[in-house]
Formats: sequence, C-alpha cells, structure tokens
Amino acid sequence: MDLTNLYTSLSYILPEIAVSAALILIVALDLIFNKDKRIIPYVALFGILLTIYFVIDQFRISGFAFPASDANNFYGMIAVDHFGAFFKIIILISSFFIVFFSLASEEIQKIQEKSGEYYALMFGMILGMLVMISASDLVLIYLSLELLSLSSYVLAGFTKLRDRNSEASLKYLIYGAVSSGLMLYGISILYGLTGSTNLYVINSVLQGPNINVFTLAFSLVLIFVGIGYKISAAPFHFWTPDVYEGAPIAITAFLSVASKAAGFALLIRFIRTTFVTLVDDTSGYWHLVNSFDWKTILVIISILTMTLGNFSALWQNNIKRMLAFSSIAHAGYMLLGLVVFSNQGLIAILVYFFFYMFMNLGAFLVVMLIANKSGSENVEDYNGLGYTSPFLAASLTIFLVALTGLPPTAGFIGKLYIFIALVDAQMIAVAVIALLNTVVSLYYYVRIIKHMYLSKAEANQITIVPDKFTFALVLALLIPVLVFGLYFTPIIDLAKNCITILGL
Amino acid sequence: MINVGLNHFLIVSGILFSLGLYAVVTRKNAVMVLMGIELILNAANINFIAFSKFGNLGLTGQVTALFVIVLAAAEAAIALAIVLNIYKTFNNVNVDEIDHLKD
Repeated sequence: MDLTNLYTSLSYILPEIAVSAALILIVALDLIFNKDKRIIPYVALFGILLTIYFVIDQFRISGFAFPASDANNFYGMIAVDHFGAFFKIIILISSFFIVFFSLASEEIQKIQEKSGEYYALMFGMILGMLVMISASDLVLIYLSLELLSLSSYVLAGFTKLRDRNSEASLKYLIYGAVSSGLMLYGISILYGLTGSTNLYVINSVLQGPNINVFTLAFSLVLIFVGIGYKISAAPFHFWTPDVYEGAPIAITAFLSVASKAAGFALLIRFIRTTFVTLVDDTSGYWHLVNSFDWKTILVIISILTMTLGNFSALWQNNIKRMLAFSSIAHAGYMLLGLVVFSNQGLIAILVYFFFYMFMNLGAFLVVMLIANKSGSENVEDYNGLGYTSPFLAASLTIFLVALTGLPPTAGFIGKLYIFIALVDAQMIAVAVIALLNTVVSLYYYVRIIKHMYLSKAEANQITIVPDKFTFALVLALLIPVLVFGLYFTPIIDLAKNCITILGL
Repeated sequence: MINVGLNHFLIVSGILFSLGLYAVVTRKNAVMVLMGIELILNAANINFIAFSKFGNLGLTGQVTALFVIVLAAAEAAIALAIVLNIYKTFNNVNVDEIDHLKD
C-alpha cells in the first residue's frame, strides 16, 4: 500500500478520526480542568455534532478504506457505504440525546467530578460502534466489538451508588467476555477453513466447492454467539434484564438503542457480504450460499426472541426490567426483517430502527425523570401519576403506545413495513406469530398506563413538574414519534437510498 | 520422533478450549471464570498461528494473535477492576451468590 492510497483511506474514516480526537480532547480537558468539569459535556456534544457532519458527508461517497486488491477483486478492511452511514447517523443521534440524558440524570450528576472519565468511556463506545458498522474484516469486527464491550462493562457499573450497579457490571462482563471468547474461537476456525479474514474473500471461497459443511456450521454458530449477545437475541439474552435494571438509566437507554443498532448493522453486513451470492435485480431477493442454512436458524431465533421477551415482560414490576424484556422482543421483530433476505426486508429494518430509537429513548427518558424525583422504578409507584404529573404521564403513554405499534405513532409504521415484507415473502405463518406477539405486548404496556390513570394515587404521590430543559428534551423525542407516524415518506425514501451495501 | 503437524496443534487448542469452557461453566469464583475465558482466547490464538504457519496463509493469523494478546490484557485489567469493586460491595466474588437483581 503506497502513501497516496493511505491518504485516500484516511478521507474515508473521517468520522472515526473525529470521534478519536474528541476522546483524546476529553481526556486532556479532564486533566486540565480538574476542579470544574462543567465544560466536558459541551465538548462531547461538539464532538458528536462534528462527527455527524462527517457522516452526512459520507452519503456522497462510497468505497473501501485500507483496500487490498488481487487480480479479480477489490476489497478492503472498512467498507464505507450508505447502509453504514444510515446506522452511523442512528448511533450518533442517540449519543447526542444520551449526553442530554446524562445532564438531566440525578444519578450521573452526583458523580460530576468523574464526568471526564464518563464521557471518555462513552466516546470509546461510540468509536467501537462506528468501526463495527463498517468493518468488513473479521479481525476488525472482533476488535471493535471488544472496544465497545470493554467501555460498556465499565459504564454499566459506573455510578457505584447502589449495589446493583456493580452487580450489573459483573454480569455484563462475564456474559460478554465468554461470548466474545467463543466468537473469537469461531473466527479462528473460519480463518483456517477459508484462509482469509476478509469477508469478501471468504464469500468467494464459500461459493467454491470443497467446503466442510460441519466445520463451517460450527464456526458460524460460535460467531453468531458473539453477535447475538450484542443484539440480545435469545438464547443469549440472559444478561439483558439484569444489566438494564442495574445500570444507570442513561446508559441503559444507550445500550438498548445504540449498542443494539451496531450489533444489527454488524449482523446484516456479515451475512450480506459473506453469504449472498446474488441479489435479484427486479425482486430484490438475496440468494445465499447453500452450505449454511441461515434462514431456518434466524427464523427460529427471532420467534424465540420475541416470544420469550414478550412473555417474560408480562410479570415485571420494575419498569426498567420490563423495558429490557420489551427491547429483547423488539430485537426479535427486527430479526424478522432480516430473515426475509431481501432489499425490502432491509428497508423495513432501517425504518424500524429509526423509529425505535425515538420511542425507546423517550420511554427511558420519562422513566428516568420520574426516578429522579421518586427514586423508584416500581410500577406501583406510578399510581395516579396521570393526575399529579400530567405532561410526563401523557408522554410516557404515547411512547408506550408507539412501542406497542399502534397508530397514529411511528411504531405502527415500523411494524407495518416488517409485516409487509414478511407477507410479500410468503412467510404468512411467521407474520401471524409476530402479530400475536404484538397483542401480548399490548398487555404489559397498557398495564403501566392503567397504573398511571386508573389506579388511585397514594396520599404522598409526588408531583413532577419538568423544568424547561427536560420539557424540551421530552418534546424533542415526542414530536418525531407523532410526526413520523403520519408523515413518514421522507424516512422511507431515506431508507430506500441506504440499502446499498458494498459487495455483490 | 513424530512429525508435529497442524492436527497436533488443533488438538491442543481443542483441549484448551474445552477446559476453558468447562471452567466457565463449573467455577463459582469470578476470578476462576475469568481464567477460563483466558484459556478460550489462547485456544483461539493457537488456532490462528497454527493455521497461518501450516496453511501458508501469510502473516494475518500471527498478527491477529498479537492483537488478541493485547486485547486479553486489556480485558483482564478491566475485569479484575470490576471483580475488585464487587468484592468491596458484597465481600465475596462468587458468581452465583451475587444475584440480588430480579427479586
């Protein structure tokens, strides 16, 4: 690789460079201003905005950073394409909101003297996720996954205010380290089997004859353990409820949206570049290599994921824990968009994720604002909240209705596109199961609404009047949920433009 | 004198992997679980290096092993810090006793 090549490559990874620079700047500022740390969140916000600018710039270009080329092919370590840019935008918008969440969160404000480390670790997570989204080399995939995991283990137990923080961080660590270890073993076998770590080379090897199907299946199952853990798909979801309940709420929201988005982007890119032999131009269906049956496995996993998530959520009294199970169920719905293996399914996933970001962040934000005042996340403590704190209760109601997937909210549009994709692919049975699951989910979402409006308030029910800042923050999430429920064409058009994944 | 080939290395790595998995599943002490994870990572390292040497695949495998060694060190540092924090909070590091969430 000559020097000009290297410079072109650097121009492809400007967002990652901006995040790294912001990370270093935050660490330096943390050392310089060790008395007054108020400036650091604003530096973080500026860093994220700058990165968003560079990512928007990436909608104009596509290509490989750090390319290698042999006689027939052109491939590289990092694939910069519109699909990646879409997920990067989702990650960065949610990071932007999380900084504001942290400013509004009592838990995080109590440890303000450590906010330098807090935001540095957060940028470590962002960097890991950005690289993970565009990585098209198994080594880079593993390294970015670990960068994301290592930062989030620490953040899950960061506040140390309660015992449950440390417990959450230990559980996250044990499950995460085991699954990434298994994934690495799978990668090493796949490397031995195909002779390369690059997804594009592996693709061309898999299309040839002489592949040992059993070894391939073994290695792919091990690799899926690592990815499945990140998107909390069953049966690798056991950490999710404990970690979501124990971690500070701002971090829980971040894990449930951004970290899951990165996991999904990785899974989609991994399958799309490694196993797809041909994309039908007219119908948009993907033809996969015969040696491994992704479709059956993913159908089973997604049905298992959403059923387990929905049914376990039914008897949760802690709202954070309930939202954790609900986020598992949503991962199941989104996997359904992938099992169609078509461009239409991919559009459905992108649209769903864009809306899921707003409604899930919104639900966590309201739960956090209530916990700030009452110090509790139990559903009994929400009794009568609809009358004492009407604005927060009304917005939580809208977010929960959106998570159920009822019109006129954005959640409905997301679910609708997934179901349309399933029906178009003749997978009616799966669509019916998903629909029944949605009905089940209605019960536990409405249960909270019932507690807020129909249960009698205790005499000492707190009144929460949001200040201007939190009011604006709730509105910033509420308005998209309502507006995109009615006027969703721009997002659909954006998603349609973002299905190009570099490759075949 | 037998000729040491790829299979010998793969058998060693397979044994290491199984031992690591066994340790993760059966040990109660968090530090022992972490040692099991180290075994799994090192089993993968052996695979990488053996494949790269015997398969004539260039240096990718060996470089990957170097990356993994560095990552394992970073992971061990963070893991031990978290375990230390657990010990300060609960006065023990037994994975199955630290189960207070859920209630």
